[in-house]
Amino acid sequence: MKTMGRLLALCLAAGLSQTASAQDIDNLTAAYTEDGKYFTEDDVPTYNVQEDGTIDWPTYSGFRRYHSECHVCHGPEGEGSSYAPALKTSAIDMDYYDFVDVVVNGRKRVGSAENSVMPAFGDNPNVMCYLDDIYVYLKARGADVVPRGRPAKKEPKHEVIRETENDCLGT
Amino acid sequence: MKKLTLLTAGIAVCSASMAFANDDLMTQMDNSAQWAIQTGDYKNQRYSELTEINAENVGDLQVAWTFSTGVLRGHEGSPLVIGDMMYVHTPFPNIVYALNLADEGKIVWKYEPKQDPDVIPVMCCDTVNRGVAYANGKIFLHQADTKVVALDANTGDVVWEVQNGDAAIGETNTATVLPVKDKIIVGISGGEFGVRGSVTAYNMETGEQEWRAYSMGPDSDILVDPVNTTHLGQPVGENSGTNTWEGDQWMIGGGTTWGWYSADMDENLFYYGTGNPSTWNPAQRPGDNRWSMTIMARDIDTGVAKWFYQMTPHDEWDFDGINEMILSEQTIDGQERKLLTHFDRNGLGYTMDRVTGELLVAEKFDPAVNWTTGVDMDPASDTYGRPAVVAQYSTEQNGEDVNSTGICPAALGSKDQQPAAYSPKTELMYVPTNHVCMDYEPFRVSYTAGQPYVGATLAMYPAPDSHGGMGNFIAWDNTTGEIKWSLPEQFSVWSGALATAGDVVFYGTLEGYLKAVHAETGEELYKFKTPSGIIGNVMTYEQGGKQYIGILSGVGGWAGIGLAAGLTNPNDGLGAVGGYAALSDYTALGGQLTVFALPN
Repeated sequence: MKTMGRLLALCLAAGLSQTASAQDIDNLTAAYTEDGKYFTEDDVPTYNVQEDGTIDWPTYSGFRRYHSECHVCHGPEGEGSSYAPALKTSAIDMDYYDFVDVVVNGRKRVGSAENSVMPAFGDNPNVMCYLDDIYVYLKARGADVVPRGRPAKKEPKHEVIRETENDCLGT
Repeated sequence: MKKLTLLTAGIAVCSASMAFANDDLMTQMDNSAQWAIQTGDYKNQRYSELTEINAENVGDLQVAWTFSTGVLRGHEGSPLVIGDMMYVHTPFPNIVYALNLADEGKIVWKYEPKQDPDVIPVMCCDTVNRGVAYANGKIFLHQADTKVVALDANTGDVVWEVQNGDAAIGETNTATVLPVKDKIIVGISGGEFGVRGSVTAYNMETGEQEWRAYSMGPDSDILVDPVNTTHLGQPVGENSGTNTWEGDQWMIGGGTTWGWYSADMDENLFYYGTGNPSTWNPAQRPGDNRWSMTIMARDIDTGVAKWFYQMTPHDEWDFDGINEMILSEQTIDGQERKLLTHFDRNGLGYTMDRVTGELLVAEKFDPAVNWTTGVDMDPASDTYGRPAVVAQYSTEQNGEDVNSTGICPAALGSKDQQPAAYSPKTELMYVPTNHVCMDYEPFRVSYTAGQPYVGATLAMYPAPDSHGGMGNFIAWDNTTGEIKWSLPEQFSVWSGALATAGDVVFYGTLEGYLKAVHAETGEELYKFKTPSGIIGNVMTYEQGGKQYIGILSGVGGWAGIGLAAGLTNPNDGLGAVGGYAALSDYTALGGQLTVFALPN
């Protein structure tokens, strides 16, 4: 629940301070790491790929959670489908806070030519507890630094990540 | 006295019209100039007696006319033809058009229901709909949001409507309905949302609910007689719908009922299959999870089960059992029998005695199937009727958070809902199949009403060490369990087949081809590329003394989601990534009916 609360706070903040567009700033490069997670200069979660291809745990976790919660509509590996858009592109094009907002609150595009509805996942712990993971995985896919398929090498799961996960899922 | 006579006469008229309801559809189905039910007939044979288009001349086939549905989503099912009217349905928003075939297809009426678009994202795998049904002057539409609507077939006016489920907890509908006797029998979708599956009978004339039978739960919910309802010849016993579940998991247990329904009027039984138990993580639901993954034979009037057969106890791979049950009368081991043939997602083709529920044949209909070594066919054995699971491919035995690799078939099965056809002439089943394998990693998930409840990560890829394609179209001998011939296809064959007395078998492909092959040899006789990928079912009818073949195009469904970007095999290493065909290189969204005929 701690994480859910934090995410909610982030969403509220997003509504108040809409700043520079995603293209103007480096939204990809990791500037620092904390407890097994990586962040940009602007404190936005991001991926980290080492020279030998080892990826950070959250990106690996995002691969798993994406293929549980998202791929039945958005297709494998964020590639998009006949049903829903390619999220690997969305994760690059959209601001982190906008991305979170759409996942939490959903979005509807319904008209004569389009019947596209993203559901609100705000009360789904299987998504919300892993939202940053899914986000960094899709960003890594969009930046083409993680290939399609199952990531081969990953960092171990940090103890803090494990604790946070258990808190969030309530297990 | 006069009054009383009138009352009695009224009752007589009422019961006469109830009997008529069923007779009417049976008469319509018997007329091979029509396509009066999605499944061709109550036996689900998808076979037509028409012979004007045949193996000799099908190569001359031409497009006669086309119709755009105005919707760009996966188009499953097919139009119906009754008399001069053709009824065409669409995916969400589930529009129904009535076209007058005697007046160049003029639109006689159009019905567009108002549905909350919030139903769209709770429809796992696209907003498909497998078509309307007809009986007794009415068209029956089962909408995405589970509202069942009866429309006047002549005017499109609503006669009655009833809400079958609740989309807010993930209950949706993709299937057609079964009109039989004085009832409309309907199923439900939502196995990926923890929905507990059920079938429900509504009165054909009034929409009043007559009975509902759940797939799991107490005996009063699942409508069984603990003594007389059997599983492989043995009584199911008391509490069979709860005693193979731990705790209350059965309440969100899945076993949804979104496939096709067949009926045997002489036995007064209807047949269907139930889907996967929820979640996809087997560790969260110890036990056999009855009666998910089960072939069911139930009494049409009461819904009470006569027999069950659970094909995949304790599913570990999402092998829903909902595929069609094809009824036939054939000689097997020298004995004339009433058979039921079923091609399951799990890759096994089952032939059963549909009166008793005896298992006669269970064989792999794709040689790639590897999760089982086969079904125990010894009635004296403790494991009679159970598939022997290969430990290497058991996601249960390998455990949570372990990626089990190289499992064949993939979750979408060796065959999904796309219905096969049966020709009584050749005594062969013509089966559209998938030739896809997978890696499957289950992990713990928690349940939230109306939210996805999946619990596994999947990667899918074409069957290794084969022709490289993702599908086959096969001819199957259901009395011996053998493949007679097999046509490799680049993509999964996701279109329902049609067999005709003209020795031709038709099917569609995901690239958009309508194909005609020889019923005996499989030799390709004709193909034409329609505007979008085909996941609909081929149908035929006669109008003005001329035979027509109709097919809906409009790529989508599970196939459109899984195959759009092309598959990758994570076990092949980086070099092979992107090496498989992407459906998006061949076709795009569409929504069109294409009708074929021979030149004048």
